[in-house]
Amino acid sequence: MEHEGTLSSPSQYIEHHLSFNTQGAEASFWTIHIDTLVMSVILGLIAMGLIWMVAKKATAGVPSKAQAFVELLFDFVDDQVKNIFHGDRHAFIAPAALTVFVWVLVMNAMDFLPVDIMASIYSFLGIHKWRSVPTSDVNTTFALALAVWFLMIYFGIKVKGLGGWLHELYTAPFGAKIWVWPFNFLFNLIEYVSKPLSHSLRLFGNMYAGEVIFLLLGLWAATGVSGLVFGAILGAGWSIFHILIVVLQAFIFMMLTVVYLAMAHEGH
Amino acid sequence: MNINFTLIAQAIAFAILIWFTVKFVWPPLLGAIEKRQKEIADGLAAAQEGKASLEIAEKKSAQSVGEAKQKAAEIISQAEKRASELLEEAKHQAKAEGDRIVLGAKAEINQEVNRAKESLRAQVSTLAIAGAEKILLKEIDKKTHSDMLNKLAKEL
Repeated sequence: MEHEGTLSSPSQYIEHHLSFNTQGAEASFWTIHIDTLVMSVILGLIAMGLIWMVAKKATAGVPSKAQAFVELLFDFVDDQVKNIFHGDRHAFIAPAALTVFVWVLVMNAMDFLPVDIMASIYSFLGIHKWRSVPTSDVNTTFALALAVWFLMIYFGIKVKGLGGWLHELYTAPFGAKIWVWPFNFLFNLIEYVSKPLSHSLRLFGNMYAGEVIFLLLGLWAATGVSGLVFGAILGAGWSIFHILIVVLQAFIFMMLTVVYLAMAHEGH
Repeated sequence: MNINFTLIAQAIAFAILIWFTVKFVWPPLLGAIEKRQKEIADGLAAAQEGKASLEIAEKKSAQSVGEAKQKAAEIISQAEKRASELLEEAKHQAKAEGDRIVLGAKAEINQEVNRAKESLRAQVSTLAIAGAEKILLKEIDKKTHSDMLNKLAKEL
């Protein structure tokens, strides 16, 4: 909190670190979080671009170390999808799962960047508000979840036909009797609402909480020598634990994406 | 935590990223991995095949070696038989030749003996005639008694 003299109180410190670099009318829907967008797009381009460069030169012969690593990733994702989705996974679902996993993973991994050092760098560059972790912005996670939600509906209609999909909306899971139709519909409605909410909020909550804990430890470190020692030790511990959370949340997000899309392909 | 236009921008970015992966990233990786899997499978199958054909070749070679051995043994035994036959034949021939020579020699000896006997007989008859002449010089006429003398000589 030393990097800017104007931030004197803890609440100001936290508020500063948790506010977005916005563009457009404040507090309206047409606001854009520049930091979230720029970070996520750059990370996506770098991560998928690196994999793309390896994939372009992929050889069936002895692979290079980079290719072996990418193939490891490929096999990992492909195995997961294979276990859940039984169909032509290579056409869409497996590559989509790879995209989700890699992108969410690199966006989550931005949580490892020490908040105050990054803030110093950003302020040196003349930027005073910049959030490094796109997945701790609910817009990102909700965008991903919503995209998956639309894909879910798209595949549901594509596989079962519009009639079949609507029919299932009223007849599953309790049966086709006319008096249970409302219950079926209500049930499905809740399911369709809860899926994207839980999908997005799980990731957002984990990443946001992680960031807040780093900030709290940063606050503690600013209180004196003992605070510095404990803050540093606990910060290191939380970082190490966060490696697990970052990978796990990316994995869970990918798995849920695959599960939702696979469910859309299957009848009840 | 306010939902705003970022959501839509992020969703679009997400869609583009997925499209990119589906189109450009996944297929070459899948192709390379599947091709390698196929090559490994083919290699394993070829190795299996090679092993099997090696076994067959080994069996064949062992068989032909056995056959050759048998043939060689046959040839050797035949040669031995032939050699012993030749030896036997040569023995027979030699024996026959010997017998023939012996026979010839015997015949010659007999001939010689007969000739000697003949000449002896002639000489004896001459001697007898000479002796008798001396004894009977006066009374015996050579011409009248030659028949009797000849008969005598033959009987000797």
